[in-house]
Amino acid sequence: MARTLKLRIWRGDDKTGGLQDVTVEANHGEVVLDIIHRVQATQMGDLAVRWNCKAGKCGSCSMEINGKPRLACMTQVASYPEDETITITPLRAFPVIKDLVTDVSFNYKKAMEIPSVEMPPGMKPGEPRMQQIDVERSQEFRKCIECFLCQDTCHVIRDHEENKKSFAGPRFFIRIAELDMHPLDILRNRKKSAQEEHGLGMCNITKCCTEVCPEHIRITDNAIIPMKERVVDEKYDPLRWLGSKIRKREGML
Amino acid sequence: MATGVFSQGRAKISERTLRTDKWWVQPLITFLVLIAFIIYATLRAFENGNYFAEPLISPFYSPCLSTACVAGASLLGTPFGIIHIFGMVLSPALLILIFPLGFRMTCYYYRKAYYRSFWMSPPACAVAEPHSKYTGETRAPLIMQNMHRYFFYAGLVFNVLLTVDAILAFRNPEKQWGHMSVGTLVLLANATFLWFYSLSCHTCRHTVGGRLRNFSKHPLRYKAWTFVSKLNHYHQNFAWVSLLGVAFADVYVREVATHAITNWYFF
Repeated sequence: MARTLKLRIWRGDDKTGGLQDVTVEANHGEVVLDIIHRVQATQMGDLAVRWNCKAGKCGSCSMEINGKPRLACMTQVASYPEDETITITPLRAFPVIKDLVTDVSFNYKKAMEIPSVEMPPGMKPGEPRMQQIDVERSQEFRKCIECFLCQDTCHVIRDHEENKKSFAGPRFFIRIAELDMHPLDILRNRKKSAQEEHGLGMCNITKCCTEVCPEHIRITDNAIIPMKERVVDEKYDPLRWLGSKIRKREGML
Repeated sequence: MATGVFSQGRAKISERTLRTDKWWVQPLITFLVLIAFIIYATLRAFENGNYFAEPLISPFYSPCLSTACVAGASLLGTPFGIIHIFGMVLSPALLILIFPLGFRMTCYYYRKAYYRSFWMSPPACAVAEPHSKYTGETRAPLIMQNMHRYFFYAGLVFNVLLTVDAILAFRNPEKQWGHMSVGTLVLLANATFLWFYSLSCHTCRHTVGGRLRNFSKHPLRYKAWTFVSKLNHYHQNFAWVSLLGVAFADVYVREVATHAITNWYFF
């Protein structure tokens, strides 16, 4: 069942590089990561590629295959026509280190800027009790494997390097949403900081993050838009603002 | 200075995208359908005629609020007199269209649609956009997108009025009740599609329960949120069906009003 596969693999570093043609055998059922490993073993011994679990759960083998951000370990070779040349490049939103490996430290810096959950004072470990219906929204966001494909495809930073300072990206909007929807979190400035520090207003909800998410998290519908609406509650809706002042609604929710 | 995918430090690739699929088809279709609707709606809004054929009224002209409206078309009376602009009578449609137009313009789905297909920001995922700067919805005029909920509220009022129009269409041209025509079905379908579109809206989802932190303390709102969340999954579909439904209802009423076709009665 083997087929001969034509590949174009980007090779280079942060200074120079280009696409190199390779022809390799592919077996039935193999994924793109298998093919990259075969190329590495037989033709390009120094080809750099980041990978780990080969099961779509570690988020390491993110790259762009025929221009689309994907996990190489979850991309079946058979999904491409036999005569098609498959082009493999590193993520194009981040600085390249070598070949298919990029420097994704931008994401770790952004992660550190978001304060984690803050429990009510005096609550000891083991004491919190939450009902399933109160946490199920947040649980969807906990499926994130941090492959950063959503960050890679987001045009706000992919197409505008200068926005990286002021824009956290979809991966971190689901983190903020997760915390803002947390039934016990007492930090009340998450909406304000989402808008003013993490650039939620930069997102124009074109849903590319949702399209590429390998965990099928509905990033835009379930995290970004609800956060935008919560920001409107607090910042742009005069009636809600007035209501919150009169009835202290935030405390009631 | 190179920016975006051509920024210093990123992989040196000269193509704006390496996608090999027909990524441009979807934004092109969206562009063509939306532009066709905009042209048609503009022509009809300025036509100021052929919008009422007892008991049917075009959704573009309902509620008809001006004394310029034809007799019998004003469900809520005529609080506005005849307004002249540049020597022409202002079409009653222009008094109300800002509300449904605003609702759709600020809709989270349509934003995706027109940002991609009209503004190409981006034209498709992982396809570099042509703009050198981007500030998203942080500044005027796009910061006005945050008014979506007010247009949603207005949209609900319009849905009620268009539902009343559909109910009134259970009459014959002599205003006798107990009749049903093809036009009745057209207006009913239009109102139904609009209700689905409004109720599946992200703002609706937020309003009924999305803003809560503790669903367990609000079981009825949780049920409402769960229901709207299911509808919300199909918001895009409802957006298109309702848009085409409005256009079709208008075409139908116009055809009846101009006697191009007869509004056939079932009973």
